[in-house]
Amino acid sequence: MPTKEKLIEMYRQILRIRHFEEKVYELYGQNLVPGTIHLYVGQEAVAAGVCANLRKDDYITSTHRGHGHCIAKGADLRKVMAEILGRKTGYCKGKGGSMHIADFSIGMLGATAVVGAGIPIAVGAGLSIRLRGTDQVVAGFFGDGASNQGTFHESINMAAIWSLPVIFVCENNLYAMGTRQSVVMKIENIADRAVAYGIPGVTVDGNDVLAVYEATEDAVDRARHGEGPTLIECKTYRHKGHSRFDPATYRPKAEVEEWLKKDPIPRFKAKLQEMQMLTKQEAEKLEQEVILAVEEAVKFGTESPFPAPEEALENVYA
Amino acid sequence: MRELTYRDALREALREEMVRDKTVFLLGEDIGRYWSGAFKVTKGLAEEFGDERVRDTPISESAIIGVAVGAAITGMRPVAEIMFGDLTTLAMDQICNQAAKICYMFGGQTTVPLVVRTPFGAGVNIASHHSQSLEAWFMHTPGLLVAAPSTPFDAKGLLKTAIRGNNPVMFFEHKLLYPIKGEVPEDDYTIPFGVADVKIEGEDATIFATLYMVHKALAAANELRKQGISVEVIDPKTLVPLDKQAIIKSVKKTGRIVIVTEDCKTAGVSAEVAAIVAEEALDYLDAPIKRVAEPDTPIPFSPPLEQFVIPNEKTIIKAVKEVL
Repeated sequence: MPTKEKLIEMYRQILRIRHFEEKVYELYGQNLVPGTIHLYVGQEAVAAGVCANLRKDDYITSTHRGHGHCIAKGADLRKVMAEILGRKTGYCKGKGGSMHIADFSIGMLGATAVVGAGIPIAVGAGLSIRLRGTDQVVAGFFGDGASNQGTFHESINMAAIWSLPVIFVCENNLYAMGTRQSVVMKIENIADRAVAYGIPGVTVDGNDVLAVYEATEDAVDRARHGEGPTLIECKTYRHKGHSRFDPATYRPKAEVEEWLKKDPIPRFKAKLQEMQMLTKQEAEKLEQEVILAVEEAVKFGTESPFPAPEEALENVYA
Repeated sequence: MRELTYRDALREALREEMVRDKTVFLLGEDIGRYWSGAFKVTKGLAEEFGDERVRDTPISESAIIGVAVGAAITGMRPVAEIMFGDLTTLAMDQICNQAAKICYMFGGQTTVPLVVRTPFGAGVNIASHHSQSLEAWFMHTPGLLVAAPSTPFDAKGLLKTAIRGNNPVMFFEHKLLYPIKGEVPEDDYTIPFGVADVKIEGEDATIFATLYMVHKALAAANELRKQGISVEVIDPKTLVPLDKQAIIKSVKKTGRIVIVTEDCKTAGVSAEVAAIVAEEALDYLDAPIKRVAEPDTPIPFSPPLEQFVIPNEKTIIKAVKEVL
């Protein structure tokens, strides 16, 4: 069982992600967010449960649905928001946007918008750790859709043969865009694929922060001790559509309702209260702090300048 | 001066850089102690540096480059080998969307010090999947540097520059160049990117040529000299950055240019060079720009078919005479 401090920290992270994403949703309703958005609402327990096991110098790789990963790894909300709004003060000076946020100072090696493309990059960070002889680990986040890419197979195989310190975190939200998992996979549990690479594979309830935490704790422990990679499948659900204008009508109403009942936030809050780790007053105080921090991020983002047009020509080469 | 083959010059660069910098490591298919690379460039390196730093990989080109990218952005300097240039197609996302764009799309937060070595070129009867010249694809991807050495001297010096630099470099070799010999100093030296060589000076026409075509252009120039025609031969050595000024300067002097490359003509390297001359030196031309490139076909297998599509001394001489 994680320490009280760790439990509260995870609760704070899922709240930060939820409030941040709800605010992003609101801002794009006001036409303040250019382009498209893939919100992490509903999947917060995965990022929080995984990242609570990581040190600042550990690495993560992320996806087009990556805001939650950045936040859970410790990114500055203000700079994430500024990037999403296309501002000069964002993490990538407005060159990346929602789908390409990175913060190398905290080991966040970046989000890639090509499905499955981050998986070999995570393995490369794992190989780098091996060659440099440190005890860092890498958590590579990707979705159920990515597990049908060739990179999934190539990368996990490589990490397995070389026993690299990589935790492959598959967030199975049951849909690759609008395509149900059952349409594109014969199997129900993606973690079963681990057998093919000779590594452990576990399926957990991805809406249960503690389940994700505990599975990752084992995987990180093995990785840090040179025992190689693990594939963790977290079953979860996105509360919103795939992207900005997707009403997600391809999902049966009853299914959506069922999953909304499994919302990770009230579940974890109730659990913490049951464990007497969090009083009602503490919960309210914590949530107020989070709301203020998100407001501060919005203020920072919306008040920041856009980059000068000719900055488009910078950073093509180092 | 000491002479080395192009293959040995490449190996010497790899070896010296691995001795100099512990973050340099090699990965690729069959590059280790059992095979030493399809063209034997890495021979002996696994024995000297160990299997960790001269790493045999599964046949997984996409992951080879992806893993190299991940290592490059976390403190290492990988040199990945793709056995044949044609197989870069299997790693295009990692090369063109990841390696090339990471510095830019993350706002310059990180660099990608990665070298991808691979051979191009036809002429050894191995047909459509092992003979192409695809340089233009990578010139067309901002964020990548592109090297194309034609001599052992350039191979060693450019590879060292590539390894020490902080940008992803596509390092294109040519399979017919591996056995050729040339002078290579024993000292540590590097060659800057973006500085062309004038291989021979001439007055009547300029030939721009790359990789193995440099040697065919030089043979053509020697033959033309016997016929009283003085040709200047320019080897760019790197395609990104491309030494435009050297091309323009030569055209200003000769008033004529024949561009000789081994890739397909349409939207190829030759098209870019022709466009540069047309945009920036049109007034100095005394004849239309001429291109000698492969026709727009895959590379065929049978020797007479293959020889028909590869530019050669005769087709180069013919082109030069047409612009005179």
